[in-house]
Amino acid sequence: MRKVYLDSNATTKAYPEVAEAMREAYESDYGNASSVHSFGRDAKKCLEAARRQVASLINAASPDEVVFTSGGTESDNFAIKGTARALKDKGNHIITSSVEHPAVLNTCRSLEAEGFRVTYLGVDGFGVISLDELQESITDQTILITVMAANNETGTLMPVEDIGRIAGKKGVVFHTDAVQMAGKMPFDVQKVKAHLVSVSGHKINGPKGAGALYVRKGTRLATIQHGGHQEKGRRAGTENIPAIVGFGKACQLAQERLAEYCRRTKQLRDMLHARIEKEIKQVKLNGHPTERLPNTLNVSFKSLEGESIILSLDLEGIAVSTGSACTSGSLEPSHVLKSMGVEPLSLQGSVRFSLGAMTTESDVDYVMEKLPPIIERLRKMSPVYEEA
Amino acid sequence: MEYSELVMDHFKNPRNVGQIKDPSGKGKVGNPVCGDIMELHIEVDGSDVITDVKFRTFGCGAAIATSSMLTEMVKGKTVGEAEKLSNKAVVDALGGLPQVKVHCSVLAEEALKKAIEDYRKNSEVNKNKSN
Repeated sequence: MRKVYLDSNATTKAYPEVAEAMREAYESDYGNASSVHSFGRDAKKCLEAARRQVASLINAASPDEVVFTSGGTESDNFAIKGTARALKDKGNHIITSSVEHPAVLNTCRSLEAEGFRVTYLGVDGFGVISLDELQESITDQTILITVMAANNETGTLMPVEDIGRIAGKKGVVFHTDAVQMAGKMPFDVQKVKAHLVSVSGHKINGPKGAGALYVRKGTRLATIQHGGHQEKGRRAGTENIPAIVGFGKACQLAQERLAEYCRRTKQLRDMLHARIEKEIKQVKLNGHPTERLPNTLNVSFKSLEGESIILSLDLEGIAVSTGSACTSGSLEPSHVLKSMGVEPLSLQGSVRFSLGAMTTESDVDYVMEKLPPIIERLRKMSPVYEEA
Repeated sequence: MEYSELVMDHFKNPRNVGQIKDPSGKGKVGNPVCGDIMELHIEVDGSDVITDVKFRTFGCGAAIATSSMLTEMVKGKTVGEAEKLSNKAVVDALGGLPQVKVHCSVLAEEALKKAIEDYRKNSEVNKNKSN
């Protein structure tokens, strides 16, 4: 059966160059980067080369500002808990948004249990926070603002440069989860003026299990993983060299291919969107029409439940995801769409198509061959669907 | 999470989808906020036997499959027999559901109970009319 993968915001397939670099690292550079002997020194060289590649992608002033982690979730935990612990003598207030990834939301909730106060900023219908509300929320107790760069579900971009400016003026640390943005769109830490930035490998055709936290020089951050002196004492544990090498390679390739990636995914994404709008009734875009990741399309098929759509597409070999309540594991509908005020009948029928570097026009054709009859069949079965 | 083959079969080819014109009883339960809505129509003959049943479901794969299985199980049964059908029996007949999905099967049982209740109310009204 034909397979079409349109779930790139969940994860991506590694580029062949990435897999090759990792294979080489497994075979040749298997030393412990902390060892003094030649094996250790070779591993250390790989580690530092990867650090330069990551630093270059986000335009860090120095590779020393890049701390490797196991991925986006750890980076978010590190940034938020590390700041809270380092600055708890200065204040106990954290500001975030209601549409963050669970890695940020649940980390903030865990700090609430420790006595920190957290403000969850609401969003407008596109999923964007209000800068006025942000300004008004900052108090003399505020130690951290953590707002994502691009939303994983809708692709909506947050005004991170403005947030960075506001945070800078007020002397508050600014962390942004850029896991969905860095490597998919231009993302420059100098422009964003963030103190802390989470990035990840597997969203940009790198391996799972490798990510990084950018820590601007001079930012106070407590260690949350104690042990050896790796990463200049900031993050203990023997470095996962093959994954880090793959991550570095993915960053290098993402940087080289960025313009082409943006152009291609946006063109195919817009083509898919236009055809869905044309061929299927009662469809609504979730997210910002323009200020959005080029690869992401989140639409609601009114009066349908998302899982039945993704199951039907899966039977045709097409992989997408949904924000419906009935997705595996969670019984709550998407907190992102809920925060955006999407009405219940549309919220349940949301489907996220996230394209990747390897998506082709014929993939879009295949989806449009299968999707309209699936929607029609399911709507015939829906007791709440009324033809407009 | 994975559905059994039988669940997927009922999801792909649901039995008895649709509506009955002027049914003997109908039940509609659920709400869009929780994610599932099910509508069930039953046709009952003079000797209390369910001769036809149709459903429409707004819901996930498990909700659709349990609706479909339930319609197969109640067709040909008397109202009294159908009333005793539990969601557990439907889930068992499907070869089980993933744990997080078991709650989705409750709706089918509730819709059936409501349709039977509606049928009884209707036949009461009809009896009074003929008296």
